[in-house]
Parts: sequence; structure tokens; C-alpha cells
Amino acid sequence: MAERLSLPELPYDYGALEPAISGEIMLLHHQKHHKTYVTNFNKALQQLEDAVSKSDASAIVQLQSALKFNGGGHINHSIFWKNLAPVSQGGGEPPKGSLGNEIEKEFGSLEALVHKMNSEGAALQGSGWVWLALDKEFKRLLVETTFNQDPLVTKGSSLVPLLGIDVWEHAYYLQYKNAKADYLANIWKVMNWNYASEVYEKECP
Amino acid sequence: MAASAAAAIGSPLKCGLISSQGFSGSTRSFQWRKNEKRNVRKGCRGVITAKIDLRPPPYSLDALEPHMSRETFEYHWGKHHRAYVDNLNKQIVGTELDTKTLEDIILLTYNKGDLLPPFNNAAQVWNHDFFWESMKPGGGGKPSGELLELINRDFGSFEGFVNEFKAAAATQFGSGWAWLVYKANRLDVGNAVNPRPSDEDKKLVVVKSPNAVNPLVWDYSPLLTIDVWEHAYYLDFQNRRPDYISTFMEKLVSWDAVNFRLEAAKARAAEREEEEERKKTEYEDNQADLDAREMYLESSDADDSEAD
Repeated sequence: MAERLSLPELPYDYGALEPAISGEIMLLHHQKHHKTYVTNFNKALQQLEDAVSKSDASAIVQLQSALKFNGGGHINHSIFWKNLAPVSQGGGEPPKGSLGNEIEKEFGSLEALVHKMNSEGAALQGSGWVWLALDKEFKRLLVETTFNQDPLVTKGSSLVPLLGIDVWEHAYYLQYKNAKADYLANIWKVMNWNYASEVYEKECP
Repeated sequence: MAASAAAAIGSPLKCGLISSQGFSGSTRSFQWRKNEKRNVRKGCRGVITAKIDLRPPPYSLDALEPHMSRETFEYHWGKHHRAYVDNLNKQIVGTELDTKTLEDIILLTYNKGDLLPPFNNAAQVWNHDFFWESMKPGGGGKPSGELLELINRDFGSFEGFVNEFKAAAATQFGSGWAWLVYKANRLDVGNAVNPRPSDEDKKLVVVKSPNAVNPLVWDYSPLLTIDVWEHAYYLDFQNRRPDYISTFMEKLVSWDAVNFRLEAAKARAAEREEEEERKKTEYEDNQADLDAREMYLESSDADDSEAD
């Protein structure tokens, strides 16, 4: 039997990212939205096992979208909690070391990267994510977007997520309402570049 | 009521004709939008400005409380809907889309699924107009008359319809809309892939659509919609989309609007059938003429050869 997914703990208190992201949002986002992805993925996984054991091809195929939505939701949010951090734990501190250098090389400056990610996040219609990605095959950084809960790998199997920004409305609406651009501007104050650097250095030692 | 609400949000009301807009709630909700030249207005000095406008809902912004809050309307209509209108106008000004109706802009920019930039804004303007008019104060309850008969026929029962509509709305993953539509005539819808090609013509179906897409692109006639973008319900219901959907069905749906739209959809379908019959007869008559001419020419050849 496949192992069931579980909701990862938040590495900080719900209110720790204020004022960039409100405690109210963090609570709902983690305990309701992410939890629901986990619950529904586990349900779909159980149904998949049943279908596989009966060799029910039709059921197997029908379950794919539920697995993708909910599995993707779990994958993406698990990364997201880690790529944010309270200011007291280094949130917002710009990247140093090799990742910092690579960002300058690829985008010209950190500001340029931030501007690019914010533009793409703002322009995304509907629900999705904007990513700082590492193409581990070519050892290059790029900015990418995915729709709904599609994980970054759906855009390329060699893509590794360094940072993700959730631009589903649930990620910001209670606090920022329709002002998505303000949310995007502020989230950088709690961006955990340490996490991004760790992932980067692992792939590009 | 709507006028003061609009003023409160600071919406500029143009002087001169606001003919099809109107603020008498009841007549406004009975408008079928097809072919309406909504984007041609005579301004104060008689200047034609080809612009899409932001229409207020046919009730005040607090009229649907407590089921849909005034605060939600202030953002949903006052910011989101307004932004779609403003951004669309910026995109189409000075282009060939500038003189077209909103529905034509939607169909053209859908571009067989390869969306052109104005599509999202145009479709969302239309969708939100349609959504406000799908609700009314004191809404909900059950439909009656022919509409109920069709629902019973095509869904088995009213409860059957409600369950299917709610399921569609709950399972539209990400942003989008759920619809009750009247589907007639076409299997090949030309501009798009028909999502229900095996269903019979002239029936009610429930469909869902992502982001800005709406059933106009499939040549279906929308009768009812619910907005399931998170911004539609997050202030009032947070993550609890199913509660929002239930409240919509029980307290907000305007069956009057659905009825009116159904009549219009049936009339449109009948008109189209007549037109197609007429064309078919015309074609057959033409063919008959051509056949007759051929026969005549053949027989005159035969006469010539005999004369020799």
C-alpha cells in the first residue's frame, strides 16, 4: 500500500510572516487549503489502488486529474512554506554566494529578477504559480509559470523549483483583495533565500 | 437604488442616452444581450464613443446581504469587473475590435482556443454582467412552468439538476464558472470544440468552464451561471466553496432571469432552424434548375447530331 501523504508542519507561527502575509491567511492556507489537497490526494490514491488491483483502466484514467490537482497542490505548498521565512529567521535577506552571483549573471540584478517574477505573476490569468527555476541540465536559472496546481516539472522534467509564489486568490485575497501587485511586492520581504540557495548549491555544487 | 450605489463607488455616469442600461431593476434583468449595440453611446455633445461600459448590477450593492455581502460587491463589481472593462477598452481602442459588439469581440478573440489578449477581459466583462443578472434579492426557490418541465425532462428532477450544477461548480478546479445552458442545433461549432457533441439538440445541460471561457464560444445559449473564481466568495465564505454554492442556489438564483433567457434561446434556435430550412430549399431549387439545364443541353446536342 502506498504511503499516505500528510500535512507538513509550518516551520513558523501563523502570524510570523506579518505584515507581509497575515496570520489569518496563513492559517486558512495551511490548515484548510493545503490540508484539503492532502486529504483528497489520499482519497484518490486509495481509489487508484483499488482500480489498479481490479485492472480497471477507465477508473485509473479518470483519477488522473484528481491526482494531479491534489498531488500538485501538496507538492507546491510544501515548497512554498519552506521558501518563506519570518524576518527574524532571515526572511527577505537577499541571496548571497553562488545563487546571488548566478542571479546577477542571468537577470542583471536581483531587482530585475523580482520585477520579472512580479510581472509574470500579475499577468497570470486565473490561478497558478510563478517560479524561480533551475534547469539542472543546462545549469541555468529561469522564471516560469504554471497554471492551477501543476507542479514545475510539468513545464520541463529538468526544472527544479528554487522559489515559488502562489498567485491563487486564496493566497492573498483576505488581506490584499484585488491588489495582487501589492501582495507580490510585499512577499519578497519574507522570501527565504537560504532555502533557495541550499537547493541551488545541491544541484550546482 | 442602483444609481446611488454606482455613485458611491464613483462610477462615472454618462449623460445622454443610457438606453439599454437603465436602473429600473425589473426591466433591466429581462434583457437578452445578443446584437445589442451596448458599446455605442451618444455622449453629452452627441459624440459617438465606441466603448464598452461597466454596467451596475440590477440591485444595490447591499441588496443580496447576508448571502453575498456589500463588501464583496464593492470589490467584485467595483474593482474586478471594472478592471476588466477598463483594460478591455485600452486593448481595443483604435483597433478593428473597437466597433464590434462585446459578443463578437469574445468570439473573434477566442480564436478557436488560441486566445488573443483581449479575450480574457472581454469574456469576463460579459460573464460578470450575466452573473449579476443571474441573481436577485429574495432569489432561490424553484422554477416553474416550462422551465421546470425541461429541467425534469433533461435532469430527471429539479434535485437532479441542482446536484449536477453544484457538482460542476465544486469541481471546476482553479478559477472558472459553472453554467446551465440551452444547447441547440450545432454539433460542429466551428470556433471551438463542442464539449458535448453526442448530446441531442435542444436540451438543457450543465457545463463548466475555466478562467474566462464561457458557453458562447461553443454556440450554446447560457441561462444561468455561478462565478467560482475565489474572489467571488472568499470574503464571505473563505475556502468553503460548497457553502457558497448552496447559498447561491437556495437564496440568490433569479429563476425569472433564467426563464427569460430560455425563451430568447428557444426563439433564436427556431429562427436559425427556419433559416437553415430556407437555405436548404433554396439550394435544392438551384440544384433542380441546374439539372434541368443540363438535360436540356444534352437533348439539344442529340438533336444537332441527328440533323446532320
